[in-house]
Amino acid sequence: MTTKVEIQTFPDERAMDFDAARKVDHEIVLDQPNTAGDETISNYTINFGPQHPAAHGVLRLIMELDGEIVERVDPHVGLLHRGTEKLIEYKTYAQALPYFDRLDYCSPMCMEHSYVLAVEKLLGLEVPLRAQYIRVLMAELTRISNHMLNLGSHVMDVGAMTPNLWLFEVREDTMQLYEAVSGARMHANYFRVGGVHQDIPEKVLAQMSEFLDKRMPLFEDAMSLVVDNRIFKQRNVDIGVVSKEDALAWGFSGPMIRAAGIPWDLRKSQPYEVYDRMDFDVPVGTKGDCYDRFMVRVEEVRQSARIMRQCLAEMPKGPIGSLDRKVFPPKRGEMKQSMEALIHHFKLYTEGYHVPAGEVYVATESPKGEFGVYLVADGTNKPYRCKIRPTAFSHLQAMDFMMKGHMLADTTAVLSAIDVVFGECDR
Amino acid sequence: MSSAAPRIAERDGFAAQYAKAIGKALVDTKDHVGELTFTVTRDGLVAAAKALRDEFGYQQLMEIAGADYPERAERFEVNYHFLSVTHNHRVRLKVKTDEETPVPSLTGLWPVANWLEREVFDLYGVNFSNHPDLRRILTDYGFEGHPLRKDFPMTGHVELRYSEAEKRVVYEPVKLAQDFRSFDFLMPWEGPEYRLPGDEKAEGQAPGAPTPAKAPTSEKVAAKAPPPVPKTTDEKSDTGAGEPTNKKAEKQARKPAARKADNAGGETTAKDAPETGDTE
Repeated sequence: MTTKVEIQTFPDERAMDFDAARKVDHEIVLDQPNTAGDETISNYTINFGPQHPAAHGVLRLIMELDGEIVERVDPHVGLLHRGTEKLIEYKTYAQALPYFDRLDYCSPMCMEHSYVLAVEKLLGLEVPLRAQYIRVLMAELTRISNHMLNLGSHVMDVGAMTPNLWLFEVREDTMQLYEAVSGARMHANYFRVGGVHQDIPEKVLAQMSEFLDKRMPLFEDAMSLVVDNRIFKQRNVDIGVVSKEDALAWGFSGPMIRAAGIPWDLRKSQPYEVYDRMDFDVPVGTKGDCYDRFMVRVEEVRQSARIMRQCLAEMPKGPIGSLDRKVFPPKRGEMKQSMEALIHHFKLYTEGYHVPAGEVYVATESPKGEFGVYLVADGTNKPYRCKIRPTAFSHLQAMDFMMKGHMLADTTAVLSAIDVVFGECDR
Repeated sequence: MSSAAPRIAERDGFAAQYAKAIGKALVDTKDHVGELTFTVTRDGLVAAAKALRDEFGYQQLMEIAGADYPERAERFEVNYHFLSVTHNHRVRLKVKTDEETPVPSLTGLWPVANWLEREVFDLYGVNFSNHPDLRRILTDYGFEGHPLRKDFPMTGHVELRYSEAEKRVVYEPVKLAQDFRSFDFLMPWEGPEYRLPGDEKAEGQAPGAPTPAKAPTSEKVAAKAPPPVPKTTDEKSDTGAGEPTNKKAEKQARKPAARKADNAGGETTAKDAPETGDTE
């Protein structure tokens, strides 16, 4: 593959004449041993993945390298394609919900969020205030959970071990809270069209408050090891720089577009649920490199904790689901007393509810960016079409231009800063 | 209670201005649940998208979603979702096409359209003209067919397994261990058209419930039709009646009277039941 040429010996014209060079090359190689510095290496292609610990899933990158410089990247995605959109077309609206947990399995409830909002928008359904608060609370807990994993693995991908272990401890606590609230550590299936599945007991709310008080300092400790670290900065500053114009043209969203310097956060600009009542800041980067993306996420964790505290303080009492019994099932206790409730329950869990015909595109600010659901209803109890807009799909596509001219070792930093999860990217 | 969906302010007069700007390319405008949809012609798509970006400030192309309506002449829809970060507004462009006719690519305007269009091509088989690299993206290497088309079965056509004999992964035609379960929970009198056995003649009904057979209108018809013979199960083989059963019953009847009384006692008074059990 590599041809051995002693460059210094050629006169200039002959070096340009490749045929001549090849002839001479053979003559030389035959009887001369290699000496240091006399090898030319042509571009070569390597396969990154499909199984690679730093790929955060099954990603195959075909990389064209010039030495150690990346010339071109061709990501091959779809290795985790499970046909979620097709499956959803064959399920009722309620049955489609658990598929969303399995998209971005690092932030399950945020995936459910877009879907339930889309169905509610088509139904014209109103949601009780307490349910809205609970959803915001859980969405922000999810954001913290997601960022713990991403920040930790980002740090580990560029060489540091300890912060990741600490952040995993925080993440474990968020998982515990998930379990206390929904009964499952990851695939929660907790949000419902019209509200949430169960009310959160006072005790669990107190646990959340305790979590924020006790665990946020651990997060700050972990970050104090990283953010001013010289090695960490060398690996991230000025890597994968994206300008504002590029960020817009490549369909960036979430921390990626904010790191590029555009203060765009769907929770602020197109507030859903009770985000308009929350007081929080939107962190913005200055240079649009991997370090900015990391730091935007670090600040988002603090802001999420702030939103959670406000939710805990302001959460009103009341029902946790719509009182429209044609959409939201009655409580178990009610079913033991009321025939009507029993009939509603039976109808909702067999036939489900019918959604009036129409199409909507609803996007929420998931921890990774704009997660959208384009839902087409045809008036039956099943979605006619449910297109999921993943965040990583657009971000990963920009890998090629973000990596151009960088070293091979920077691939992991760029990938981590994208925060890619293939459950969501490949659907 | 209040609506939880993202609150996006309407953009005053935008729909009219935009309709004027793209002129003939516009086919239809729709405003449903606060979302604007413009259906445009295929030829006018690039100009319409360019106008959105350059004149009306929709900087981002967030999503391209295909959709399949097999009953239409132009069965595919391609939906482009645009976002304006300066006006804080979303808008949707819709283009219709069939299996052959290509849709002009937007890769010249937004580089992000590259993968999004590849996805629509992969899952629906919609062709895009002037696309630099129209390859499959989500499905497997060497996949055949377009899985999100409505006529593509949900189970797919092939399944994959590791063959111990061949020491490699092999494709085989899909075999279902049980029938594909397609439950139909719709109300039978307002849902799909049920074809009952023996009802084949009732073609061409309006979608909905099968209408019951018409009652005979004239005396003549009524007289001709014989009264339906009720189905009975008089045969011995049907009821199980006959010699063996009779004998069994007789045997039961001749049992000792004391045991019979015991059994009867056990049934009637619960208090005595354990004691009678002990004596036995």
